[in-house]
Amino acid sequence: MPPMPLQGFLGGLMIGLAAVIMLLGNGRIAGVSGLAARGLGFSGGPPWILAAAFLVGLPSGAAMVEWLSGGVVTRFPASPIFLIGGGLLVGFGTRLGSGCTSGHGVCGLSRLSPRSAVATACFMAAGVVTVALLRKVGATW
Amino acid sequence: MVEKQAGLGLLSGTVFGAGLAVSGMADPTRVRAFLDIFGAWDYTLAFVMGGAVLPMALAWVYQRRLRKPFAAPRFDLPETRNIDAKLIGGAVLFGVGWGVAGLCPGPAIADLAIRPLPAAMFVVAMAVGVGVHRIILSLRRATQKKQEA
Repeated sequence: MPPMPLQGFLGGLMIGLAAVIMLLGNGRIAGVSGLAARGLGFSGGPPWILAAAFLVGLPSGAAMVEWLSGGVVTRFPASPIFLIGGGLLVGFGTRLGSGCTSGHGVCGLSRLSPRSAVATACFMAAGVVTVALLRKVGATW
Repeated sequence: MVEKQAGLGLLSGTVFGAGLAVSGMADPTRVRAFLDIFGAWDYTLAFVMGGAVLPMALAWVYQRRLRKPFAAPRFDLPETRNIDAKLIGGAVLFGVGWGVAGLCPGPAIADLAIRPLPAAMFVVAMAVGVGVHRIILSLRRATQKKQEA
């Protein structure tokens, strides 16, 4: 599938707007990994109901787009090994590193946080190296 | 006041999830293609990041002039500044997982509505990863307390 810069930018603006609502409305960072940990009861932070409401919103918004557009493309790996292995690493890593693509990437970078810039550079680089290595050993989806 | 916060949380999450679906980030194969800079590189995600950072950069400028947010008594923002091994190690582990599955937390949870089964496999594994971190943290705190006692 070809790149879709316009749709990407539009969707990006929506993600940014969502983070603005969280920041100016609730005074908090829209960091998905942190809110997910809070929702699971594995960490402190915002009122539980706030985290839970945000987490319910994510699939609700995606469902609306799916319904309005008549289908969102989601090509998942066929093997559950990629999903389970990746999920474990993402869960543990985002807690250890205090954030993911939304917290460090969107909220931190826009705040010009050096800490978030380092984290973003690290997870981007690790992702690039991982995909290149997996392709080299023939472990494709 | 907490009802208002939950309402705004739901609104934020919904707009966020819709944005993920519109942008192409809900598609693990496209995310992987973005990371595949030595292969058939797909630059879409750079536009997603740019689009997301733009409104937030303006919001941070405005935030400095506000005494408090609209629905909460005060701003509660991360103030940690140190760049340590935990930050780097955690980010690297996260990046490896991101490359392996093509999913980060937001799209994975949003995809529960579109592709429930594979998305749930990832999300449950992610919850286990979060739980393992939590257990290690509690164990380390317990040992520290013992040493202090």
